[in-house]
Amino acid sequence: MSSASDTALRRTSLYERHAAAGARLVPFSGWEMPVQYTGIRDEHLAVRRDVGVFDVSHMGEVQTCGPQATAFLQHVLSNDVRRIPEGGAQYSVLCREDGGILDDLFTYRLADCDYLTVTNAANHEKDLAWMQERAAEFDVDLIDRAPELAMLAVQGPRARDLVRGLADGRLPPRMHCCQRDVAGVPMLVCGTGYTGEDGVELLLEPEHAPAVWDALANAGATPCGLGARDTLRLEVCFHLYGNDMDERRNPIEAGLGWCCKDETGFVGSATVAAARAGGTPEKLVAFALQGSGIARQGNPIHGGGAVTSGTFSPCLERGIGMAYVPADRAALDTRIEIDVRGTVRPAVIARKPLYQTKGP
Amino acid sequence: MSDASYPDDLLYHPEHDWARVQDGAATFGITWFAQDALGEVVFFEPPDVGSTVTKDEPYTEVESVKAVSDVIAPLSGEIVEVNNGLAENPETINDEPYGKGWLVKVKLSDPDEVSSLLDAAAYRASLI
Repeated sequence: MSSASDTALRRTSLYERHAAAGARLVPFSGWEMPVQYTGIRDEHLAVRRDVGVFDVSHMGEVQTCGPQATAFLQHVLSNDVRRIPEGGAQYSVLCREDGGILDDLFTYRLADCDYLTVTNAANHEKDLAWMQERAAEFDVDLIDRAPELAMLAVQGPRARDLVRGLADGRLPPRMHCCQRDVAGVPMLVCGTGYTGEDGVELLLEPEHAPAVWDALANAGATPCGLGARDTLRLEVCFHLYGNDMDERRNPIEAGLGWCCKDETGFVGSATVAAARAGGTPEKLVAFALQGSGIARQGNPIHGGGAVTSGTFSPCLERGIGMAYVPADRAALDTRIEIDVRGTVRPAVIARKPLYQTKGP
Repeated sequence: MSDASYPDDLLYHPEHDWARVQDGAATFGITWFAQDALGEVVFFEPPDVGSTVTKDEPYTEVESVKAVSDVIAPLSGEIVEVNNGLAENPETINDEPYGKGWLVKVKLSDPDEVSSLLDAAAYRASLI
């Protein structure tokens, strides 16, 4: 979360839609965003069983183009960027020299030397500055596309059918992207998401977002807020920057070693390789409470560590979360005790994802 | 969820709690405004019978998916009964905040405190 409380909150081009629908709007990373419309549980279950639509226009975008676009992104991003095909997508982290995580990102390869990277709202300016500093040695252009792009996420088992019915052609497969008209509006359609369900994310000009939002809602997509987005992502153990990792954590302890290809020599790769070989004092684990109660971010764990994300799981109907614990106590099925505001709540370290979705 | 309502036969605390006072005892709950602000309640663990509550101090918590919220005692006294049904069906607090969604019954230690509470009209006015 940013410290933007002293400045005016920004609004997405869908603000009027949210307000008219009676959404509860809250400050989030400098934006005034809908946390819920009718209720987090209803919206959560709509995405698991049917289809929901989220306004995630607060997310930022950086376009990287030029002859050395691939070489530059290979230098700053943790994953092997050369492996992204044209029209492909890839998850990675942006690290400091010491391996501290600056952000986690999705990068789409639009063309051979043209990439679009989606940033977290709270980190966008920081990421852009970091990348610009390191771009000097490369023949590459970095363009801040955040002001020109709205983003909608359509997620759920029926998401693809719904969007296909409004599109002028086939939708991209999972982890791919392509240009399409949806509801008559040109946009980048991406086979990605943050819910564990199948679906697409749509990047388009903000002025067209209300018409597309209406078309999706009229076709049956349930408007969903950031509250459901958080419970959905936590059930499938997707990380949230600022909760589950930040600049004080490296990708290995955060459980993100899989998206770091140390041999590419990316910024931070030496420390990531050392942590991979030598281990880390703590590890991020997923847990489920065994009885009643809900653990929350910051709750300490007996024997060391703390909860980084905690909520009530609408699908599992119990308290779930993620936590850093000492590495020697991080094995699956380890019993832990969480201090929830003075009450000891037993929990067990569980396999990720905590909730197994049917798709994608 | 129910529609906004603030029954005239209850007294209200500005921290969005209500009390139904009768013969030196009172039933406590949270107001429609409080449950609406909180969202769907998914967890409520009643406090212990026999514990004491102090006016203006938190005496229990209600939790929605997103957040945990302290519940403030509108009056002081000793808890003589708790609504155990809420452990199984905490959403009753949303559905019937003034009926089956009551939280605790308290034997008042200082019945004079009652005069400090708001009537329905004053509480409603405080929400605007």
